[in-house]
Amino acid sequence: MTQAPAIFGGFEPSLRPRDSRLRSVSIDQVGVEARSAELAKRSIKKEAKLWALELAIRCCDLTTLEGQDTSGKVAALCSKAIRPDPSDPNVPSVAAVCVYPNLVPAAKARLEGSGVKVAAVATAFPSGQSPLPIKVAEVEATVELGADEIDMVIDRGAFLAGRYAQVYDEIVKVKEACGEAHLKVILEVAELGTYDNVRRASLLAMAAGADFIKTSTGKLPGAATLPVQLVMLEAIRDVFDETGRRVGMKAAGGIRASKNAIQYLVQVHETLGADWLTPDLYRLGASSLVNDILMQLRKEKTGVYQSRDYFTND
Amino acid sequence: MTDLSKRPGRSPVPPDWTYAPAPESREIVTLQDRYGLFIGGKWAEPRSGEHFATISPSSEETLAEVAQAGPEDVARAVAAARKAHKSWAKLPGSERAKYLFRIARILQERAREFAVLESLNGGKPIKESRDVDLPLAAAHFFYYAGWADKLEYAFPNRSVRPLGVAGQIIPWNFPLLMLSWKIAPALAAGNTVVLKPAETTPLTALLFCDVVRQAELPPGVINIVTGDGRTGAALVDGEVDKIAFTGSTEVGKAIQRRLAGSGKKVTLELGGKAANIVFDDAALDQAVEGIVNGIYFNQGHVCCAGSRLFVQESVAEAVVDKLKRRMETLRVGDPLDKNTDVGAINSRAQLEKIQELVAAGSDEGAEIYQPPCRLPEQGYWFAPTVFTNVAQSYRIAQEEIFGPVLSVLTFRTPEEAIEKANNTPYGLSAGVWTEKGSRILWMAECLRAGVVWANTFNRFDPASPFGGYKESGFGREGGLHGLAPYLGTE
Repeated sequence: MTQAPAIFGGFEPSLRPRDSRLRSVSIDQVGVEARSAELAKRSIKKEAKLWALELAIRCCDLTTLEGQDTSGKVAALCSKAIRPDPSDPNVPSVAAVCVYPNLVPAAKARLEGSGVKVAAVATAFPSGQSPLPIKVAEVEATVELGADEIDMVIDRGAFLAGRYAQVYDEIVKVKEACGEAHLKVILEVAELGTYDNVRRASLLAMAAGADFIKTSTGKLPGAATLPVQLVMLEAIRDVFDETGRRVGMKAAGGIRASKNAIQYLVQVHETLGADWLTPDLYRLGASSLVNDILMQLRKEKTGVYQSRDYFTND
Repeated sequence: MTDLSKRPGRSPVPPDWTYAPAPESREIVTLQDRYGLFIGGKWAEPRSGEHFATISPSSEETLAEVAQAGPEDVARAVAAARKAHKSWAKLPGSERAKYLFRIARILQERAREFAVLESLNGGKPIKESRDVDLPLAAAHFFYYAGWADKLEYAFPNRSVRPLGVAGQIIPWNFPLLMLSWKIAPALAAGNTVVLKPAETTPLTALLFCDVVRQAELPPGVINIVTGDGRTGAALVDGEVDKIAFTGSTEVGKAIQRRLAGSGKKVTLELGGKAANIVFDDAALDQAVEGIVNGIYFNQGHVCCAGSRLFVQESVAEAVVDKLKRRMETLRVGDPLDKNTDVGAINSRAQLEKIQELVAAGSDEGAEIYQPPCRLPEQGYWFAPTVFTNVAQSYRIAQEEIFGPVLSVLTFRTPEEAIEKANNTPYGLSAGVWTEKGSRILWMAECLRAGVVWANTFNRFDPASPFGGYKESGFGREGGLHGLAPYLGTE
């Protein structure tokens, strides 16, 4: 395998001659898993829990990425996105709805004026194994359809073959094609194999201009684990230290329970600080998480759990 | 669609995320107002007639009165142990193992109770007493229970015999865990014990007497005498066959002088000033975690604490920046709160010692950093502290502080790191952070320290021997090595 370049392009101008935090690409697996397990033990109660649950909703990218998606399905999801709990106006809207490109117009129509963003996956999602011109064209078309945010996948084949420059160039091209739209770069960590690779891919994506880095497509098991997020957050922190640029984080795939969502937020809070606890810089990609949070919110407010039948399935 | 359904819900956003208090309940612990001495399986009033108060260092509230054992009381305890030894030593190993297994299981069952009491009396965070002290204490009993019937295999071709009565003196930093380290191998080897817990943290040892009762240990096999240094001195002078001491180097030297020529066996586990060495190729974020765990774990009240950080100059700035930021997230406060990372300093005397050495560090010209944190008004507290620009000659780089105070020094080459790390009267532990396996092995060979951790710190296991070089003491605890000091081998 080709050696990784010591420092990826894109950062050079602000690099100091020595002491670069970005030079290091080694992650100690035992250490990062231990730290992440420690943070997962934080006991978040009462008003702190309410605060976290509301934040989790505000940071949520409500997602449907299925072959069977229709305008009707997307419309239902959008209504849920705007008012997750119709019986409680205090429950905030989610950050965005995440769909396939063809469903962007349907989502756009429904969400117009609500403040909820439309995110679309593009670049031959989920594999990314298509020629670059097609990926770029797909992104341009998707932006044209009205997407506010583009979730692209990196070419893992190229990455694992050590062709980092190719991966980097693709992200740069896609970023150009995005125009005003925000770019989230999906690393698909389950296919990267090591934490070292997760860190390497994170730095690469940020150097190439990613607004967000995102763990997974949601199509593979073992996706957004806590230690993986920690590795990515630490990379974001190093880029911020080095360049002053704030890159966002999106954890997606396998986050279903409120309890897990709080663990992800605690990690962000204690790694990047309170500045990142906003939908502008942190997202949770999930489809079934919202209902569990709603259930917990109502429990915190009323003291009793209610039946699942009181929460809509969309 | 109506406008109403498009109106986003109101989102009340408080400015910051403050974790609500999450205290572990004290209800599970029931304390007596006053404790006697545990001698021959019974509670006895001290003949000295003296008692003293034991407090919670986080609130200074008195928790109970405990007995001050005088020489006569210690002699009674030793006599009880001597009497019990005859039949205990004759028990088949498998029978002794049964008692040890019982103790281990009872400790697991009553873990929460012990953890709460440990944090209450000692000031350490509940997450540490719950996740480290208690599981390890039980693990030590399980481990040595396994050896009890295999002693002749432990030392092949030698005949082994127990020594008799062991006098054991333990420190206040890991009260129950140190009790386990001492009692489990002694009993497995067929000895009986008289144990003196530290003056400031006697309560878990006294609660342990209830475990002894529950496990139906024969009377006199375990005796607990509480008191200050005078009680310890009486035990050292008592009719015991062996003294095992964990504590300060100063007291260790006094004990060794006292025992010279007496024929009593002795093992000492004393102070340390461990070097934690970070190379430029290390995984830096994990190294920072290791540094934090090395020095702020248990408020730095750890004999093997990584109190001297050696970091390669090319990454020194990055490591120190990362460390300072990480320190800002340390939560100092109520030991019983489940989110507390750093608890209370164990005693006023210890707090004063830390304050004195920190003042000396500033006077000598080192640069001090403490993260902003609000310390409670009651109790004994000290904010996590790091000194940079430390020279090898400063007191803070030489003397054991035994508090949450780290001294940062730099090095250029591996040889320089070794030379500086070994340049101390102590030699208990060391840490090496590098991605290079060959360098880890080479460093471990060169470092004069009983334990060398690689890419981790403060990791303990009952199967792994622990102990020091030089003024950090001699003899090993844990593993097969930990059995030998409690056996005569011919």
